Amino acid sequence: MTHPADTSGRLPDAFLRPGSSSFVDFLADHAPDLLPGHRGTPAGAGGEGLAPHATTIVALTFGTDDGGRGVIMAGDRRATAGNLIASREMEKVFAADAYSVVGIAGSAGVAVELVRLFQLELEHYEKIEGSLLSLDGKANRLSTMIRGNLPLALQGLAVVPLFAGYDLDRGYGRLFSYDVTGGRYEEHDHHTVGSGSVFARGALKKLWRPGLDADGAVGVAVEALYDAADDDSATGGPDTVRQIWPVVTVVTADGVRRVADDELAATVERIVAERGAAHRAAHGDRPAGGTRPEGTQGGARA
Amino acid sequence: MTMPFYVSPEQLMKDRADFARKGIARGRSVVVLGYDGGIAFATENPSRALHKISEIYDRIAFAAVGKYNEFENLRVAGVRYADLRGYSYDRTDVTARGLANAYAQTLGTVFTTESKPLEVELVVAEVGATPGEDQVYRLSYDGSVADEHGHVVMGGQAEQLGARVTEAWHEGMSLSEVLRLAVRTLGAVGTDGSLVDQGSEREIAPAGLEVAVLERARPRRAFRRLHGAALAELLTESGG
Repeated sequence: MTHPADTSGRLPDAFLRPGSSSFVDFLADHAPDLLPGHRGTPAGAGGEGLAPHATTIVALTFGTDDGGRGVIMAGDRRATAGNLIASREMEKVFAADAYSVVGIAGSAGVAVELVRLFQLELEHYEKIEGSLLSLDGKANRLSTMIRGNLPLALQGLAVVPLFAGYDLDRGYGRLFSYDVTGGRYEEHDHHTVGSGSVFARGALKKLWRPGLDADGAVGVAVEALYDAADDDSATGGPDTVRQIWPVVTVVTADGVRRVADDELAATVERIVAERGAAHRAAHGDRPAGGTRPEGTQGGARA
Repeated sequence: MTMPFYVSPEQLMKDRADFARKGIARGRSVVVLGYDGGIAFATENPSRALHKISEIYDRIAFAAVGKYNEFENLRVAGVRYADLRGYSYDRTDVTARGLANAYAQTLGTVFTTESKPLEVELVVAEVGATPGEDQVYRLSYDGSVADEHGHVVMGGQAEQLGARVTEAWHEGMSLSEVLRLAVRTLGAVGTDGSLVDQGSEREIAPAGLEVAVLERARPRRAFRRLHGAALAELLTESGG
């Protein structure tokens, strides 16, 4: 096999062979060692504790039939390794192409590589065919790539993505969730993945309603992540000290837009103020833990 | 036993070159022109699906004349080459020079070793941060490479058209100016393939043109096709 870096001499025959518009298929044929799923770790070895984990992703639809229906995806910024925080500013939501986004939960290294390959896969198809893949086509390609990662998933390096995009043929935003075997499921209204997903989903069930506008939906996404971070130690809340906000992307007929930091700062400020006010209304200025007689120790132990 | 007739290497190469040149000259020309904001490509091509000009990578485009099946194959190989290189290293490590070398070796090997040379001529162009850093490589059927500055014409009547473009082109032209120059150049070849005098060029409707640009100011993927109303407006804009 020719090494991919080999630029001396003519283009290898595999490059000139007519056939697939898929970059993944081309790699599998020409340089299989570059595909994440094709590198097995030694049999029986568990990889679970080896690499940092990425955590909570939420996605929800918004808009009305008249005003156009889009989709929003947001992710917190924390990556954990065991009980330590591996990163405070990791990004887990990416634009896959001009009209779709992908968010990842699971083993961070494998997940980021998978996203890079997925972005390339879509762009490669677009360049070779001269047209965009359909949204279902994109979702199915991602499904195939997750299935290819199954050997690593069985060793503890699982990747679970959430995929959302604007369907140009149907004219509205759609959501897809996956399992580690590559199973693809279309979701309606909203969905969450990752360690804090249970809490985020609970929040979304109460906060999401049909006909939200884009700004309202951004607020709901940030609030759902706030709730996830409240109860899940592996999900990071908004960091007002370092000014680190969740990554929030909005997908509409105009394409993918990442919400600006100052806009998120204002949203976070509003949510924190509202929650603070609600807490004071319930408890006055007393701390939530309640007052205790002097000299006694109470509460959970670390 | 029969012996093949002896053919001198000079004759053999000359025959092949003549064959390839004839094939290329039959096709319509492609004009590549630098302008202040990037590099523009134009050709006469009524088809919306079979392109002669296409995107290879973020800052790199490809234009070709000759046999469609042959240059289409090279185009796909170029996209694969660029994407694989960008995936194994980094997106910034994909260069027009590397791609032009790979094409040159491929064209050269086919020219000398296979029974028929490729009847194609290519341009590989990369838009840089400034007009001075733009790179335009012209590749011939025999694998020879030329590093061009500012403008290239390939295909039928390329020499005469090239001379006219050299006269009219200068640095710092606007997009509208270079596109009008490109269309004037393409219109200088009559429908029967003969050259017409300057000033009496054919009018080509925007629908019959394939036009694309590598735009310096665009953030990542610089390649953009121009058609419809946007193209028509650029072509009529006076003074630009």
